[in-house]
Amino acid sequence: MSHFGFKRERFDLAPHQALLADPVAGAYASFEGWVRNHNDGRAGVLYLEYEGYEQLGVKEGERIIAEAFARFDITKAHCIHRLGKLEIGELAVWVGVSAAHRDAAFAACRYIIDEVKHRVPIWKKEHYADGDSGWVNCEACAAHAADTPPLK
Amino acid sequence: MVQIRVEYFAILREHVGSAHEALSTSAATVGDLYEELDRRYAFPALGRLKVAVNDEFCDWSTPLQDGDMVVFIPPVAGG
Repeated sequence: MSHFGFKRERFDLAPHQALLADPVAGAYASFEGWVRNHNDGRAGVLYLEYEGYEQLGVKEGERIIAEAFARFDITKAHCIHRLGKLEIGELAVWVGVSAAHRDAAFAACRYIIDEVKHRVPIWKKEHYADGDSGWVNCEACAAHAADTPPLK
Repeated sequence: MVQIRVEYFAILREHVGSAHEALSTSAATVGDLYEELDRRYAFPALGRLKVAVNDEFCDWSTPLQDGDMVVFIPPVAGG
């Protein structure tokens, strides 16, 4: 049973939330990441494009959720990340965790979204109203890391 | 010489103008391969670049083998 997945189209959360149900679970915590219309102090984001290296992304996502099971006393956990073009307000990522008690559910949910953002090979391109566009975390690096060797 | 495949994503895909290519190379490691391709494409400087071979993260010193599929991984931005 897979715990991490990508979806290229909008999807209904209800069936995914239902997978977290369990008689021992007294808590359900979730995180939803939504597409916002500004980033890094700059307004005018029109839409985002997410691109993923799916084969490695699924492996890394599954590893993160396995780590969450090892670290926290949780019952079930799932994460879904969207790919493709997303409009403002759309759901970009969902994490759902069930547990006997809320502390573990909150902590595991936080752990999973933080690790997914840092480790899963997903890239986000912002498209602005003025016609500009850029890959988040890459363009600034390209501008500021010109004297840094890449293989570090 | 080994025959390998390189796949490009995001900023590197756009920079190279292609999502993948098949290559014959004398590069001994994935780091050597990066330097060879950087001479050809003049990749943008990307700070914390990572690399994967055959769908697993690996070190830059990983030896290249015939049939390997290599992906250079620019800084990620999920969520």
